Amino acid sequence: MKFTIGWLKEHLDTKFKDIEIIEKLTDVGLEVESFDRVGSDLDNFKVAKIINAEQHPNADKLKVCDVDIGEQNIIKVVCGAPNARKDLLTVYAGPGSVIPKNNMKLTVSKIRGVTSYGMLCSESELNLSDESDGITELKLNKYSDKVGKNFFKNNSEKVIDLSITPNRPDCLGVRGIARDLAAAGVGKLKNTSNLKIKNNGPQKIKVSITKDKNQGCTIFGSCLIKNVTNKESPKWLKDKITSLGQKPISAIVDVTNYVMLDLNRPLHAYDADKIDKEIIVRNSKKGETFEALDNKAYILDNNMCVISDKSGVLGLGGIIGGTRSGTEFSTKNILLESAYFLPRSIRKTSKLLNIDTDAKFRFERGIDPQSIEIGLNKAAQLITEICGGKVSEFDIQKTRTDKKNKIKFKISLFEKIAGFKIKDKEVIKILTDLGFEVSKKKSELDLTIPTWRPDITQPIDIVEEIVRIKGFSNIEILEPQKNRIKDTLNKQQKLFHFLQRSVASKGYFETVTWSFTDSKINNLFIENYKEVKIVNPISSELDVLRNSIFPNLVFYLKKNLDRGFKDISLFEIGPIFKDKNPGEQLTVIGGIKSGKISRLNWNEQNRLIDVFDAKKDTIQTLIEAGYDRHSLFIREKSPSYYHPGKSGSVYLDKDDIDPVAYFGEIHPNIIKKLDIKTEALVCFEIYLDHLKDKTLKLKDSKSQFQFSDYQKSDRDFAFVVDKNFKAQDLIEIISSIDQSLIKSVKIFDVYEGENIPKDKKSIALNVTIQSSEKTLEESDLEKINKLIIATVENKSGAKIRS
Amino acid sequence: MSDIKKIKDEFLHKLNADLNIESINQIKSELFGKKGKISNSFKNLGSLPTEERKKFASDLNFVKDELQEKINKKIQEIEIKEINSKLENEKVDVTLPERNIVQGKIHPVSQVIDEISSIFSEIGFSVEEGPDVENEHYNFTALNTPDNHPARDMHDTFYLDDKKELLLRTHTSPVQVRTMLKGKPPFKIIAPGRTYRSDSDQTHAPMFHQVEGLHIDKKINMGHLKGCLNFFIKSFFEVDKIKMRFRPSHFPFTEPSAEVDIGYELKDGKIVIGEGNKWLEILGCGMVHPNVLKNVKINPDKYQGYAFGIGIDRLAMLKYGINDLRAFFETDYRWLNHFGFDPLDVPSNYRGLSR
Repeated sequence: MKFTIGWLKEHLDTKFKDIEIIEKLTDVGLEVESFDRVGSDLDNFKVAKIINAEQHPNADKLKVCDVDIGEQNIIKVVCGAPNARKDLLTVYAGPGSVIPKNNMKLTVSKIRGVTSYGMLCSESELNLSDESDGITELKLNKYSDKVGKNFFKNNSEKVIDLSITPNRPDCLGVRGIARDLAAAGVGKLKNTSNLKIKNNGPQKIKVSITKDKNQGCTIFGSCLIKNVTNKESPKWLKDKITSLGQKPISAIVDVTNYVMLDLNRPLHAYDADKIDKEIIVRNSKKGETFEALDNKAYILDNNMCVISDKSGVLGLGGIIGGTRSGTEFSTKNILLESAYFLPRSIRKTSKLLNIDTDAKFRFERGIDPQSIEIGLNKAAQLITEICGGKVSEFDIQKTRTDKKNKIKFKISLFEKIAGFKIKDKEVIKILTDLGFEVSKKKSELDLTIPTWRPDITQPIDIVEEIVRIKGFSNIEILEPQKNRIKDTLNKQQKLFHFLQRSVASKGYFETVTWSFTDSKINNLFIENYKEVKIVNPISSELDVLRNSIFPNLVFYLKKNLDRGFKDISLFEIGPIFKDKNPGEQLTVIGGIKSGKISRLNWNEQNRLIDVFDAKKDTIQTLIEAGYDRHSLFIREKSPSYYHPGKSGSVYLDKDDIDPVAYFGEIHPNIIKKLDIKTEALVCFEIYLDHLKDKTLKLKDSKSQFQFSDYQKSDRDFAFVVDKNFKAQDLIEIISSIDQSLIKSVKIFDVYEGENIPKDKKSIALNVTIQSSEKTLEESDLEKINKLIIATVENKSGAKIRS
Repeated sequence: MSDIKKIKDEFLHKLNADLNIESINQIKSELFGKKGKISNSFKNLGSLPTEERKKFASDLNFVKDELQEKINKKIQEIEIKEINSKLENEKVDVTLPERNIVQGKIHPVSQVIDEISSIFSEIGFSVEEGPDVENEHYNFTALNTPDNHPARDMHDTFYLDDKKELLLRTHTSPVQVRTMLKGKPPFKIIAPGRTYRSDSDQTHAPMFHQVEGLHIDKKINMGHLKGCLNFFIKSFFEVDKIKMRFRPSHFPFTEPSAEVDIGYELKDGKIVIGEGNKWLEILGCGMVHPNVLKNVKINPDKYQGYAFGIGIDRLAMLKYGINDLRAFFETDYRWLNHFGFDPLDVPSNYRGLSR
């Protein structure tokens, strides 16, 4: 909402300074976005100094001037004036300027092979005098310190731009703003002149509102003004319209706009001679069409509120008029409309047709239904003043009578909500100033709500009115209460924070990417989840919710590779989506890692990262989060986006159905498809929702501390097993032989090749044996040795390697 | 006797020479080996007359100890000399780089969420969460924003179906509704999380982060709201004094509603939060609208309280001098490294929010 201070003062009697008014607007909840002069075309004309003037290489009569226009760079202008010379102060017009004399718009252009950025102007071109023989010569003593400044003074008034919240339609008119300011103590609201216009005879065009279901119009007021002479608006009106950055059109249109901005009372003017017999306000029928004033043709659906005549639709009520009945400079007789349309109907129609107009914006928020006649009166007065003509009586058609709404307000509610006291007298004054009719009954107020405040329906609304006018600064700061109702974080949230920092501590950079992604990449990772399309994505590359944590991670990893990074570790923790309903999402932490370990390191051998790096980060993270390594179980199964031979899944327990994590190399097909250029690429993902409640609280999970001081013995074994026999199973077989003696099993070599049959491999392991009761003797050790060999050979079909 | 002396003199002489460990061992075995001179002498002991035997044994032991000691000393000397000469050769250039360090980073948004949680934990708030996909009821209708309300236009919403029933939440406020529906008052929660709006330019991202706050009890008024936010802002920006301005505004789900500005000044192009005379909008808040309470079956005559919503990304930008919102979500390795936090830097109220 834009307006000038001058306009405001037509409604407000105040001695406040501009800056105080601005501050008060903010204080009462009318947020000031800006307070500035409107830029004008004349701002393009600058005081400039010619630094150098040389002969044009290809034209005798032209010069190439270096011109200082107060900016960083000196610019080149080609000029034909004989007086263009070094050190001359003159007037420069930049590209985009319109020369006042001939309305020529300047562009950057080549003049005989030399590019000229703008023009140096003569007095005649600036409409200052008839002097056209040379460029303007400015007096040195007056202008030497003004280089770069605007040559023309900007005389326009400063414009206030307010951001009006949707609950305050009344402040979409200058008068409403003045009323709020007056209530807040910034002067007095002026009385409007109630000078009633002289009406001559009845309004002869019949108006009717049909009784359609969900009729969007409840009041239609109109008057006929005959024998007008439409013309350009007078200067005061033009200035008002232009000061708000709008374009004056004709006196009749400008007056309707002026009344709308002044009183928030939208009006519409029809050329009465173009109306076919009568006005019928009715619901549209599917397929009806009309051409609107925005020069677009609209095809209507059923039940849109239209203003029509015998020939068809004239306009969409409260939204936009039509070209068929529009006023022109030749218009002789006009019908002025001042109506009330229901916000719901306006909103529905404008959404369906995707139209946004000033009138729609206002009716959608709620117009004062009692401003119909005030609007007609003011507009008719102005039109007859400017264009002459005779005004008919006002014709008001109504489908219902709007009663003024009333509420009861307990004064004590104010302190209960706002936390501070205010005198009853002051409450009454504030509400009265805002236009409420107030009558006090003991501790209660009977309030009649002003018709321009559709937002006020219940007592809490009254509290808001009082506190915002009284000022939010009166609210006391109370020390926060420190009482606690629940733990800050629940188990799942603690796990989230823990895993996040655990993974980061392994050298991964945390990233946060969109919850949506490119369906083309997403499809590579979708597995069994449903694709969830966004109906209105911001771009076609972000058109679906992500079904996996990896589409974005892979995408951004590639971007970083393209930036020249090679060894990258990234992770993200966040939602992935199984389907489109609320709650059908999982929280996942996913990591991705590319390149080498110890690249360019002087004392460590570099190597490519591999599946066991991903496995280590997965397992270590789970251990750090409190899960027992010995219970963790690995299977080969993994989603299809992993390398089938170099990936696995992790279960908290051998018997669990849902894996808690996957790790492995990314499938080479995906790397190829996405054109990822890296030497090695691994990833892992942990599903927080599957980790639920597996851990006891630390205080319950610590068992008694027991250890053995008897001598430990180490024995090495090498078994030859089938190639696809799992190391995990071998360890499991040995560990479970005698848990009281076998303390650890470590694999220290896996070998395939010479001396080993083709379909076999050799696994070498070290077993630590220790008793908690005695030092084991050689014979005990020999016994357990034999038992290990026999059990492994028996259970796995392995052979001890001699 | 003369034999003993002869042995002694001979070997003391030998041992005085510059010897290596092998020659010493040689001497040792010449003396004490099975056929060594001292050993032999002891063997001869039996053939001596009894009266001489005692003295001879005593002399022999004396010489034996003396030589033994000399040998030990000599060995020690050599060992020290060997270590010293080894040390001479074992010097490395300790200015060479250490073995590789792995250092991960926590994203500024996560760090700031942890900071916020820590601050509100101190005044008794707990953390709640809700789904990213919402239906229009929880996101709008239950929050007193019916379908025909123009306030819906304030949010550019991403929809997941043509009927516009499923959407990506445009704010964290639906968590208020979900929390109040599943529990009984009092409520004292914050709800940080991802939020989505379909605009995207230099200062807007289609996804951003908010933290919702909600405190409902019997006598919670606007003074408590001011106190809570005053405490939070001071704690978050780690300053003693803060200029805070409540400006009346409008949100359908709170009434009265306010936007909160904080004072700042520009110092060397950087924003310094505190007592400057410029204003910066950082959050919206208000008293929970009675209609919202009714929608979650809470009696607004008995219970009342406040709610607020703060943009987390914006807070992070202000506190840590980050200029570009879009960069938060672009995963530039250099940016993550520059603005990221060490994972050990866990914000807490006893150790402080930030280093």
